[in-house]
Amino acid sequence: MTAAAQIPAYRIERSTRASRLALVGFVVAVVALLSLPLWDGEDDLGSIVEICYMLALAQCWNLLAGYAGLVSVGQQAFVGIGGYALFAFTILLGVPPIPAVVLAGIAAAVLAFPTALIVFRLRGAYFAIGTWVVAEVFRGVMGQIRALGTGTGMSLPVAISRAVAESRAGREIVLYYTGLAIGIGTVLMVFFWLRSRQGLALTAIRDSETAAGSVGVNNERTKLAVYLIAALATGMIGALIYLEKLRISPDAAFDVIDWTADVIFIVVIGGIGSIEGPFLGALVFFGLRYLLADYGAWYMILLGATAVVIMLRAPRGLWGLLADRFDIQLFPVHRRVRLR
Amino acid sequence: MDWINAIIQGALIGGLYALFAAGLSLMFGVMRLVNIAHGDLIVLASYLALVVVETLGLSPFVSLAIVVPAMFVLGYALQRGLLNFTLGGDILPPLLVTFGLSIIIQNALLEGFSADDQKLQVGGFETASIQITDQLAIGWFPAAIFLTAVVVIALLELLLYRTALGRAFRATSDDPDTAKLYGVRNQHVFALATGISLAVISIAAVFLAVRTTFDPASGPARLIFAFEAVIIGGLGSLWGTLAGGVVLGVAQAIGAQLNPGWETLAGHVAFLVVLVIRPRGLFPKLAD
Repeated sequence: MTAAAQIPAYRIERSTRASRLALVGFVVAVVALLSLPLWDGEDDLGSIVEICYMLALAQCWNLLAGYAGLVSVGQQAFVGIGGYALFAFTILLGVPPIPAVVLAGIAAAVLAFPTALIVFRLRGAYFAIGTWVVAEVFRGVMGQIRALGTGTGMSLPVAISRAVAESRAGREIVLYYTGLAIGIGTVLMVFFWLRSRQGLALTAIRDSETAAGSVGVNNERTKLAVYLIAALATGMIGALIYLEKLRISPDAAFDVIDWTADVIFIVVIGGIGSIEGPFLGALVFFGLRYLLADYGAWYMILLGATAVVIMLRAPRGLWGLLADRFDIQLFPVHRRVRLR
Repeated sequence: MDWINAIIQGALIGGLYALFAAGLSLMFGVMRLVNIAHGDLIVLASYLALVVVETLGLSPFVSLAIVVPAMFVLGYALQRGLLNFTLGGDILPPLLVTFGLSIIIQNALLEGFSADDQKLQVGGFETASIQITDQLAIGWFPAAIFLTAVVVIALLELLLYRTALGRAFRATSDDPDTAKLYGVRNQHVFALATGISLAVISIAAVFLAVRTTFDPASGPARLIFAFEAVIIGGLGSLWGTLAGGVVLGVAQAIGAQLNPGWETLAGHVAFLVVLVIRPRGLFPKLAD
């Protein structure tokens, strides 16, 4: 009996029927969104941009916390840096707004490197609070810079918003496509990252750090790469947010509730550790906000309570429940061995 | 002389940060739980004191007789009813559940008390001072804060190293499963640890509410000060935590002297410097 005879015939599957259907759905959705200004007018563009950037922030946080085990409570640092970098590049250096969004992402990644050297000395929950302290430091420092309006903040000069497009409607269209590009781009970035060698290493780390290390994964380097790429994307998202808001202040740009707490709730409710989760979480988040718009603080209390219950009862979120029940995966990042 | 006054003042206020930190440190030590809602529970204790002071007309210091036991009971119930279910191998559940709790407490306080600044009044005591020389004076109130911190930390040390409960704390900290074999009721011990932690922080919460204003969103800053004092002092050492609180208080005082806007920033910078130079803190004890 030869060794070959003992191994049954097999193939390695990546896509499934559900994922092929999902791909069709994804393409249809993207086409619909791209053509939206043609058939739906301009009323909904602002809301869709907001959904795009919250989803993108959620995907970034999920990559950090759900895969790399880096539970950061300080991602607002990179939203704020991105926003401020946009203002600095356009106002002080005269860079056109859209290229400035990209440069803002790079600035966030550059600052993320020394940040990582410090906060990576802390583990687990202490890492979480450490990232928060660093965000507070960036907030404090930005509040001292006179050219960027100190603690009271500043507005983007009209000339610069004109540089995006002459008319208000034109500006909305440009921001809409930039928002879509960042939203879709972030999802694709996370998807292809997880399918790559890096992603395999990351999934191994998620399942067991010790085991990942013993099969040759360089844990620290893999985590650092994820931290930097998340900062890059988060910085670009921050720049987009403040290109839309037109006004920035340290307290708003480095706000832990808007840019981290809401994002964490989206990921936890939707399902941490999957690409599908943040989509579902964003649906719940914006749905609840629409329904409870008039209840202010109660909305946040309900959101917090929902996240607590989900974490205790279904730690992999709503998507985890669905995926277990129906055995589906819409974004094929796993590998599965099928015996013939 | 302004400088010396400010630094002494800062060192004494550091006692408060040490008490916040001792609460955080106790919970982490006994059950490896880092409570993100720690700061919001501190603010909750301040509001509780405010309600007691306003409804019963007591002095804030007398209100401690009600606030401290109430927070102990709340801590016990919180641990038994919620936080015990988050413990296990994974770091995500405790972290995210306490994070959710933090947002819930902040918004509940906002709903109940509005976003207005609040402060507890103690008459002239908070500004009275002992004149040492012509220019050097130590406030009675900061001195009382520091003395209280030293006494509370000494009592915690006695509790941890001289009592049966302290032995149970240390045993579950070392190995919860083995502790169970020897008859330690872990769930109950964890709940007592959280109860004691909240009792300790509520003392500091009342003192701080006399010294500075607070509002429903003050919690995160309190959590960060507690955390910084723990890391500066070194994990697992209560006296180290006191040193950490003092270092933080002095750094903030120096920052405030340089520029009023730099007070908290200077504290953060001191924390980052310690983290870079001595990642395990000034007086480390725990390996974890």
